[in-house]
Amino acid sequence: MSHMSPSISNALLAVEGMHCAACAARIEKALRPINGVERAAVNVATHRLHLTWDNQRVSLPRLLQAVADLGFKPRELDDADAARRQRLEKRTALKRIAVAGIAMMQVMTFAVALYAGAWEGIEAQYADYLRLISMIVTVPVVLYSAAPFFSAAGRDLARRRIGMDLPVSLAILLAFAASVFNALRGSGEVYFDSVTMFVFFLLLGRFVEMQTRHHAGSVTQAMAAALPRSVLRLRDGRTETVTLGALGAGDTVVVPVGAVIPADGSVARGTSRVDESLLTGEATPIACVPGRAVIGGSLNVGAPLHVTLSAVGEKTVLAHIVRLLERAQSERPRIALAADRAAAHFVAWILGAAVFVCAMWLWLEPERAFPATLAMLVVTCPCALSLATPAALAAATARLARSGLLVTRADAIERLARARHAVFDKTGTLTQGAPRIARSHVLGDLSLDRCLTIAAALEDFSEHPLATAFRYGTAELPVPSSVSVERGFGIGGVIDGEHYRIGRLEFVQAIARDKPVYKAPAAAVFLGNGSGLLAAFEMDDALREGSRDAVRALDQLGVAVEIASGDHAETVQRVAEQLGVRTWRARLTPEAKLECIRELNRTRDDVVMVGDGINDAPVLGAASVSIAIGSGSALAQASADLVLTSKSLLAIPAGVAVARQALRIMRQNLAWATVYNLAAVPLAALGWIAPWAAAIGMSLSSILVVLNARRLAARSAEEPPVAEPRTREAIA
Amino acid sequence: MSIIFVLIPLGLALAGVAVWAFFWAADHDQFEDLEAQGASVLDDADRDESKVQ
Repeated sequence: MSHMSPSISNALLAVEGMHCAACAARIEKALRPINGVERAAVNVATHRLHLTWDNQRVSLPRLLQAVADLGFKPRELDDADAARRQRLEKRTALKRIAVAGIAMMQVMTFAVALYAGAWEGIEAQYADYLRLISMIVTVPVVLYSAAPFFSAAGRDLARRRIGMDLPVSLAILLAFAASVFNALRGSGEVYFDSVTMFVFFLLLGRFVEMQTRHHAGSVTQAMAAALPRSVLRLRDGRTETVTLGALGAGDTVVVPVGAVIPADGSVARGTSRVDESLLTGEATPIACVPGRAVIGGSLNVGAPLHVTLSAVGEKTVLAHIVRLLERAQSERPRIALAADRAAAHFVAWILGAAVFVCAMWLWLEPERAFPATLAMLVVTCPCALSLATPAALAAATARLARSGLLVTRADAIERLARARHAVFDKTGTLTQGAPRIARSHVLGDLSLDRCLTIAAALEDFSEHPLATAFRYGTAELPVPSSVSVERGFGIGGVIDGEHYRIGRLEFVQAIARDKPVYKAPAAAVFLGNGSGLLAAFEMDDALREGSRDAVRALDQLGVAVEIASGDHAETVQRVAEQLGVRTWRARLTPEAKLECIRELNRTRDDVVMVGDGINDAPVLGAASVSIAIGSGSALAQASADLVLTSKSLLAIPAGVAVARQALRIMRQNLAWATVYNLAAVPLAALGWIAPWAAAIGMSLSSILVVLNARRLAARSAEEPPVAEPRTREAIA
Repeated sequence: MSIIFVLIPLGLALAGVAVWAFFWAADHDQFEDLEAQGASVLDDADRDESKVQ
């Protein structure tokens, strides 16, 4: 967003009173034509509105008014507030269910008595009495428990639109009104049992859907809520308690044991372990020493630390990740859009058909018109479309985030599920990107230790990634004089009066006119002086954790793995052999990599590219779905569809499996909805389904699809537990 | 059979008490966290060390 003009603002709002996917589409439709609105996206699953607008052309209050005009209540989002509202929403839903459930049980006993009475014979006074009592018990269900359906349907009608609450409300009101009329006049059918049962099961289905939605939002919320409110800042040797907002880059803060690191920075003093599970899903705490970078939101579990901050507030990795997640949740995936449209058509079609069926029965057999129409209104279930699809997507996103794979694009899940071909970058993706010395060969008179010390002293002047391998583990280094760094060749310098060179063979040989004693691999680094070659270091880049298992798991999932690297052929081949990858390409320039992906994409649309978020950005963009790997700040810059926050590549095959499961579940739900409605609607129209049976059928169907979607949220055994919001204010 | 004119209202009154009890529980955070209470038994952090032995 940095390249945008300064008058562009972003806001995330909560929208109250939204019940279905159609509401979301309506809000978007109302906002988008407004001059100055750059983007308006509503997330049905979390009821959030993501707005981007130009402050010079339109103001936020004006936009909020536009949303309010539609009958919704937009609120600026505050996370503590959001959590409180969720609690209230859950509590109210529970109470409505309790009233409906208890009333249902009462009415059922009376209904059984009435049915038995109709069969065996019952005195009229008792029948009338039972009907009246049923009516009294049903009143709170209709007035209190079913209130959300009516208000949603009322909102729909006021805006002249059709939602799934309309047939529901119509059915409840018609059945209740007819039953009251019949109960009072003392003859005819009463449907109090159907009404209470219908409301109870519908509420139950909505409750499960709500729980899934809250749960999906809780991952983002846990992240946003993870930071401490107050922080101990170190200034002039004294600590002072300041609020999080008062911190600036460059400040040093004291992080006690058990407290959360408030922003990104590096350790200035102290040795400890930090738990980064919130960001990476990795449960094992990581050792950290002075100089090591730490990420805001990690928990200090070892010993007190002094941390010098490098980025605060909106610039932190945590803030970036939360924004990425929210963006993904506010976009509407194609599959959900298609489901919305289908649901709206379906409801309109059902209302039309109900009028037609009613007319037909009135003409044929007037006394059966009412139960048949009622059964038809009750039996139809568009839930698989409007409730279960967003619920499945939300559950899958939450599950992926927990296992260390963040979804940053709404369509990513669907496309990841289709992946059949994976192209991996090598350095920093399959390998750790931190080279180390695999084998050292002493070629001259000096000891290996001495060779390593000299190498480390010289490499200290190099910026080359290979140089880091030498720095590790050496404490006291001699300081070389007259150092010269030849880019791409090596470094030369004088230590204790002796001239040394380290680097490529030909570069070192220029001063040591010796022949190499053994055949060195291309990636070896040589050390030598005037009297000859002293040592050869074979460099190696350790495989990333879980690489081999990830490749094998992808293979089992039917995803063909390929390596595309810019590295030497022998290095790539060695890595490929270690991992069991058969196809690999080496020595690719970034352009060649891009061409390679484009070529694969020409013939297929199932290529997933896994690479380093920064260096491979264009290549990632070319693939049908991309996963960026990085750590710390690199994550934030990634423009990929998914971001791997876990250190282990195993999250990728796990993610593919979850995405496929999500797609499978959505298809199952759609298939079920199609079969159910195709079977039930004609039967109801023909009058073969009693209203109470229709109520059971519709309710069970909606509970079935929502529960099916909820299976995705289930935690499997090998996954780390959900990052719960942790001890805040742990500062003693 | 006329006993049901008394017993049913009595039953309804009991159901009303049940609803009231449920509302009270919901309003007093009884359903906020259904897992933590079960796990808290295993947590030794709040054990009073002075009482051990």
